[in-house]
Amino acid sequence: MKDRVKWLPLVLFILLGSALTYGLAKPDRTNITSKMIGASVPSFALPAAAKGLPGLTSADLATGKPHLVNIFASWCVPCIAEAPQLRAIAAAGVPVVGIAVRDRPEALARFLARNGNPFQAIGADDASQVQMAFGSSGVPESFVVDGKGRILQQTIGPINPQDVAGVVAAVKAAQ
Amino acid sequence: MRALLLALALVAAPALADSDLPPAPLANTQLADPKQEAQAKALMETIRCLVCQGQSIADSDAELAGDMRAMVRERIAAGEKPAAIRAWLVQRYGAWVSYEPPLDRRTWLLWAAPVLFLVLGIMIATRSFRRRRR
Repeated sequence: MKDRVKWLPLVLFILLGSALTYGLAKPDRTNITSKMIGASVPSFALPAAAKGLPGLTSADLATGKPHLVNIFASWCVPCIAEAPQLRAIAAAGVPVVGIAVRDRPEALARFLARNGNPFQAIGADDASQVQMAFGSSGVPESFVVDGKGRILQQTIGPINPQDVAGVVAAVKAAQ
Repeated sequence: MRALLLALALVAAPALADSDLPPAPLANTQLADPKQEAQAKALMETIRCLVCQGQSIADSDAELAGDMRAMVRERIAAGEKPAAIRAWLVQRYGAWVSYEPPLDRRTWLLWAAPVLFLVLGIMIATRSFRRRRR
């Protein structure tokens, strides 16, 4: 009995050591999911970011129709890769609205001219305040918002071609 | 050849995923009231940067961290309590965003572990000392 107790600290040490090594070695969790899923869109009012398109307010997202809210920026390279998918989603009849993070009007206009414009409205979020209010931590991210202004789903990173059907279905299901 | 490569490396612009907007006014400027600035600083040191995830927003140079610092300073200047600002962030990003874990059912072991280990160590030490004296 005593002999076995003698080994207890060593066993505990090895267990603790393996747990810590595992914690250090396992790949970092880099995606931070928003905890706002299921909650109402935070109240905000953003001025227009692009000429000819209105700005975006939280009231625009509670008009009875579901929306896809795309948080993007003209300086964001994955957003260029995502642009064709957003055009396809808009063409499928989904209202797409944008929140442009830390963007300049000229740069945004060039981005839209080059990559097409799927957006019905784009709000200018010059200090990332609305991005933070959504619980978003990068660009691009997309949120499915239902007709009452409730956040239902978040996509972190660009919407890829294979995701388009799923996003369209999610928005159409969210009346 | 090496000189050419060096020259190329010097003119090549790194592909940074950063905007070209200047930092928000309060990202790198202290508040005028030292008491409020101290409050803001203390909070910023315990909020995790969402981009450089091992750093606090006080340490990080990421743009989003700058915008988070500006947000913290603006709210402190407007009279909001640091605890309320932390709660606002935790509501959006989870307890993960805070470097000050709350004491609750899931984290009690984290807080109790140092005391538990100390008690265990004292127990082992007293037992072995007692044995040696005999």
